[in-house]
Amino acid sequence: MTIIEAQGLRKEFSVRVKTGRLRRETRRVAAVDGIDLAVERGEMLGYIGPNGAGKSTTLKMLTGVLYPSGGRVRVCGFEPVPQRIELARRIGVVFGQRSQLWWDLPLGDSFELLRHVYRVHAGDHAERLSRCRRLLELDAFLDTPVRQLSLGQRMRGELTAALLHGPEVLFLDEPTIGLDVVSKQAVRAFIGSLGASGDTTLVLTTHDLADIERLCRRLVVIDHGRVVHDGSLEDLHQRYRSQRRVVVDLDEPLATPLVLPGVSVESTAAGGRRVTYTLDGDAITAGDLVRRLTEGARLRDISILEPSIEDVVARLYTERSVSR
Amino acid sequence: MAALMIGGAGERLAAYGHLVRAQVRSQAQYRTSLVVDVVGSVAFGVLDVVTVIVFFRVTSDLAGFSFPEVFLMTTLTSCAFSLADLCVGNVERLRFFVRTGLFDAVLVRPLGTLVQLLAMDIAPRRVGRVVLGVALVVTAAVHAHVPASPAHIALLVVTPLAGAVIFSSIFVATSSVTFWWIESGEFGNALTYGGHDFASYPLNIYGAALRRIFAYGLGFAFVAYYPTLSLLGRTDPLGAPAFLGYASPLIALFTAGVAALFWRLGIRHYRSTGS
Repeated sequence: MTIIEAQGLRKEFSVRVKTGRLRRETRRVAAVDGIDLAVERGEMLGYIGPNGAGKSTTLKMLTGVLYPSGGRVRVCGFEPVPQRIELARRIGVVFGQRSQLWWDLPLGDSFELLRHVYRVHAGDHAERLSRCRRLLELDAFLDTPVRQLSLGQRMRGELTAALLHGPEVLFLDEPTIGLDVVSKQAVRAFIGSLGASGDTTLVLTTHDLADIERLCRRLVVIDHGRVVHDGSLEDLHQRYRSQRRVVVDLDEPLATPLVLPGVSVESTAAGGRRVTYTLDGDAITAGDLVRRLTEGARLRDISILEPSIEDVVARLYTERSVSR
Repeated sequence: MAALMIGGAGERLAAYGHLVRAQVRSQAQYRTSLVVDVVGSVAFGVLDVVTVIVFFRVTSDLAGFSFPEVFLMTTLTSCAFSLADLCVGNVERLRFFVRTGLFDAVLVRPLGTLVQLLAMDIAPRRVGRVVLGVALVVTAAVHAHVPASPAHIALLVVTPLAGAVIFSSIFVATSSVTFWWIESGEFGNALTYGGHDFASYPLNIYGAALRRIFAYGLGFAFVAYYPTLSLLGRTDPLGAPAFLGYASPLIALFTAGVAALFWRLGIRHYRSTGS
């Protein structure tokens, strides 16, 4: 069942631009420029893009915060802005930079208040809270006022706050931003366990691609307000012909440079005794390369570097901006 | 505003109640400042009426109205204003919520936006001024010999409530300007504090242009002036019909509707902030 549907979704802002010493012009700028998206129940979707690509704006239109300038959008069967209150009961939202918690009150009080705000049955509430307390280890700071919590503790509180009413869709906007390694792992593991149960649909925006690798099977990349990729991580590698790299250490520099279709030298070091080759797509395997090398030289060590998602995405972003 | 406030059952009201209590608990964390604030707010309430007393030390009549009559107008206005300030005055904090993008958090909760904002930011210190306002209205009514008939007493009770709704509407409508222009504080203050001063005195001391805008355009004539005429059985020197003294609740409903419209339009116009 499709739980999030968007067709031709747009959001324009008017921006005043300085055009002369005193003159200013108002221009319409499309932050989101016609996005189509369909997310099935239980999916875990990574939504990424460079700064200013329109990630947060999309998320805000899906959650009923911003009114779209054009297009159609349905979340859980509701139109987000006109049916904001009905929708709010069914979704959970964590904005990394904005707190849902009561600043001056103990963390536990916020959870109790949210029970009333969302009108959650006391039994369900207690059950979900105890699960979060266990998995996110909240007990140590449940009685601490929110303003005294560390960022990592607060984020664990925010996640709990977003889940106490049992949302069908959980929107996470930069949930790991600014967290230390340990907190990051705790938050990731928790989100992963949520997704694994399959009841909650997850939409995650992030700059930390490790979040995506760990959590999301599907990846939507947007840039300049448009979808530039929608598919699995493997699709992305394939489409952008991600290159594996083979680094070899030789006893002596090669007498004659190796010429093979699909192989190019990226760099040489240590007087030619360390060579980094890049392999182009499926044209050749690392095995073939190594076999050819051993014919003419003695290999000391080899290592194969898998393509990193950062590289692919960086390439994707730069290609797009060049093509504009 | 009416439409935003109604529309929920008792459960929703209970949720707002919890929000208000949470806010009171939050404020109680800073106890000394709470005490200072209460004292300050009562002092402001006293200043309101002292002005009128000072006036009448130099003159015995103000455009045909005696001290007890004007005093009743002033206290009714002050009571209405302090009630509006208690319930809705913190809507001016909207500016902060919009500027910082905290308003996003308000929008993703399943409660009305305005009521949520008010409940989350209610200022309990302002209760002192309301209590003072009620006491002064009673004193002024006795002093002006308002007849103790059921109709007069009902009018005396309803007037500050309707006045409070009128002031609240102005508070809400001017605050929603924030959705378009983020820094818009002074504009709102001119209408609310200006309206408060305007409503405290008889209409016939003002020029026609000012009367047209403040008294009729914004409804401030219905906060105290017309009801006071009816309470005292006086005719309007400007020739308005007597039934206007009972029209305040209707005017209040109307201004509340207009304020709600402004608010709704404003929310559609909300831009949020980056990421």
